[in-house]
Amino acid sequence: MAVTIRLQREDFDAGAEMARLVGGRTDIGAVVTFSGICRDHEDGRGVTAMTLEHYPGMAEDEIARHVAEAQSRWPLQGVTVIHRYGRMTPGDNIVLVVTASAHRDAAFAAAEFLMDFLKTRAPFWKREEHGGAASWVDAKESDDHAARRWTAATSGRGRR
Amino acid sequence: MKLLYFAWVRERVGKADEDVSPPAGIRTVGELMDWLAGRGEEYAYAFENRKVIRAAIDHTHVRPDTPIADAREIAFFPPMTGG
Repeated sequence: MAVTIRLQREDFDAGAEMARLVGGRTDIGAVVTFSGICRDHEDGRGVTAMTLEHYPGMAEDEIARHVAEAQSRWPLQGVTVIHRYGRMTPGDNIVLVVTASAHRDAAFAAAEFLMDFLKTRAPFWKREEHGGAASWVDAKESDDHAARRWTAATSGRGRR
Repeated sequence: MKLLYFAWVRERVGKADEDVSPPAGIRTVGELMDWLAGRGEEYAYAFENRKVIRAAIDHTHVRPDTPIADAREIAFFPPMTGG
């Protein structure tokens, strides 16, 4: 399987990354591209910028573990995960997940699985700016809930 | 062993990393947090609500009852908010 995992300060081009994953191959029947983008509001409050801190080394390892997990659950032909760090302003790309498979169900499910785990298990922390003030973003129960459903769905199989 | 701090844990402790040699009686991640909390005001503040703080040993998430004996690098941080 073609796996690309990158952490970077720079922007990415979702279309170019998708083209790179599927280019020259004829066995891929479905590709899902998810982009997470910095938005200008959160809980009714304006967001003027956001800084993403990460744990270098562990972030790559943790993403790789979840990509391997996705690979064991679905027949995937390729996965690309790019996560940015540093300061971003509304409209900027934050994260990219591209999953490729022969059929769409595996590509959709794997992309959703990877995003749910990026939100709750990958060591990244967001600090939002609201005009002059800044605050660390609190983890959301809805994100934990979204990640837990993947465990619940396979509880009989025994996850690692 | 090397300790790393991230996000508001880092801000409260006032540093991103340090080398420490905890006493022999400190055997688990939870005991290490208790010991750190007693090292001064900034540590007490950083570790005041130990239940919300997450830990990793050598890049892997761990629970408070995990032994620290073989750890090279232990990180403490708030719940993650990436993606």
